[in-house]
Amino acid sequence: MSVLAILEHQSGKLHRMSWETLAAAQELAAALGTDVEVALAGSGIGGLAAELAGKHAARVWAVEDAALENYTADGYTAAIEALIRKTTPALVLFPHTYQTRDFAPKLATRFERVLISDVIAARVEGGTPVFVRQLFQGKLNADVRTEGAGPHFASLQAGAWRAEAVVAGAAPVETFAPGLDAGKIRQKPEPPFRESSRAVDLTAADIIVSVGRGIGEKEKIAVVEELARALGGELAASRPICDAGWLPMERQVGSSGQTVSPKMYMAVGISGAIQHLVGMKGSKTIVAINKDANAPIFEVADYGIVGDLFEVVPALIAEIKKAKS
Amino acid sequence: MKILVAIKQVPLRDSTLRIDASGRWIEERDLSFEINEPDAYALEEALQLKEKHGGEVVALCAGPARAQQTIREALAKGADRAVHVEEENLGAFDSLGVARLLAEAARGENPDLILTGLQSDDLGYGQTGVIVAELLGLPHSTIIMQAEVNGAAIRVKRELEDGWFQHIAMPLPAVLTIQSGINKLRYATLMGIKKAKTKEIKRVTAAELGVAAASKVRIEKLYAPHKAKQAQIFEGDAKTAAAALVEKLKFEVRVI
Repeated sequence: MSVLAILEHQSGKLHRMSWETLAAAQELAAALGTDVEVALAGSGIGGLAAELAGKHAARVWAVEDAALENYTADGYTAAIEALIRKTTPALVLFPHTYQTRDFAPKLATRFERVLISDVIAARVEGGTPVFVRQLFQGKLNADVRTEGAGPHFASLQAGAWRAEAVVAGAAPVETFAPGLDAGKIRQKPEPPFRESSRAVDLTAADIIVSVGRGIGEKEKIAVVEELARALGGELAASRPICDAGWLPMERQVGSSGQTVSPKMYMAVGISGAIQHLVGMKGSKTIVAINKDANAPIFEVADYGIVGDLFEVVPALIAEIKKAKS
Repeated sequence: MKILVAIKQVPLRDSTLRIDASGRWIEERDLSFEINEPDAYALEEALQLKEKHGGEVVALCAGPARAQQTIREALAKGADRAVHVEEENLGAFDSLGVARLLAEAARGENPDLILTGLQSDDLGYGQTGVIVAELLGLPHSTIIMQAEVNGAAIRVKRELEDGWFQHIAMPLPAVLTIQSGINKLRYATLMGIKKAKTKEIKRVTAAELGVAAASKVRIEKLYAPHKAKQAQIFEGDAKTAAAALVEKLKFEVRVI
């Protein structure tokens, strides 16, 4: 009844969130008084499994099948399902990546369980885990418990555990052949691609001024652009602004856009949904301007002004110009 | 082609939320509700596919009586008819339970394609569509930014992380979860709103669908998040607050 960590990799490297998931699995297994096991699925993944052999775990499972060379929801679900039926873990943990979101709910359904997705913290109480999730776009948190026997399934938000916390050790590697029938995989994936080379590299900017839904309409973005210019920074945006076509997608910060960590990140009219926060919470200084004092952006901000951005931004531009003169 | 769109009604985005007496959910009485945003994009995608290939768009919604308003709005935008799984206490069902309601309602419709938003703005589990696919034995793909129907198959553009994408083909019928921004949302026209009043909304209950409330996961407690950092808030009118912030940015953060 172990804790099983399902790790993700691409282009011959473990996804950075895989290490965070392993750290969480080690921590929860210790708290539950059980073993941690690690699995990764693919084709020709012996090298990656060997890398994991240097970590503290009871076993590293290399789930090998030619049909797993490229990720598909059908292939991964069948492969991991077979491993879980063999190893009967109490708890299965995943990094909350786009790939996990694509197959883990399907996998949990095979066991008549629900994936507790996008978990930000976990603790053990009375011998069972309690998971913390964000609800309503980060406005509220919820403690979530599972009912009944395992396996239970949870995926972990980026940055919720620290990759550096992974405990080293020696783990035996075992290859597991799930015996997939390639003909049963219905998704036919093509190679990943990028739309175009990015004209705007936000990751290189020292100062970023980012605009969100609070701006209300496209024409009003000009005032935030002027603020960015006054500060000598790059203009960026949260997803809804780019979805609406008000700014190009290449200016988007967040899980589906760029991940930035400038010296200063100023969020204007951005409430701070988690998809945005993961793209900017590593910034050295975060400033938030928002009319809602309860907006989640203030939870990561160092400095804030609660007020109407159409009053605050022009006042800021004036003060910046004064300070620079 | 027949396209089923699963939509959800959620509290208005700017709502002030209060935790209810049970401590496990929010006080819903004084809230206003709207369509879950990613579901609005799924509906739009369905309408555009119908315009291209012909057929029918059926809106499917599980929720209490108040969800009828959101269903009417979907009909006003162009859905041909709707199925409302009327359930006052949807909170008694976990994601698997809600997906069962939707899957059982979908089964009778035999759609060629099922679309839904990639996640809800309230619970945000991001898995209803995937579970529905598994329950119905259909192939699926998630976080879709483009969908192209070619006869009995569909080719989709799936969003990956860090600006990467991937095309995936699969046979129909299939289930897709749609990413916000895939298309440009339309507004309902006056004619559409008028027509919506005469369109059919079929009501079914959980009992009629043979789905009992059950939860493998439950919310034990709801609470305001603890702040990771204590933000220093500059008070006063806009000018006073702006001046204090600029002072900080100039002398401590040193970016001016």
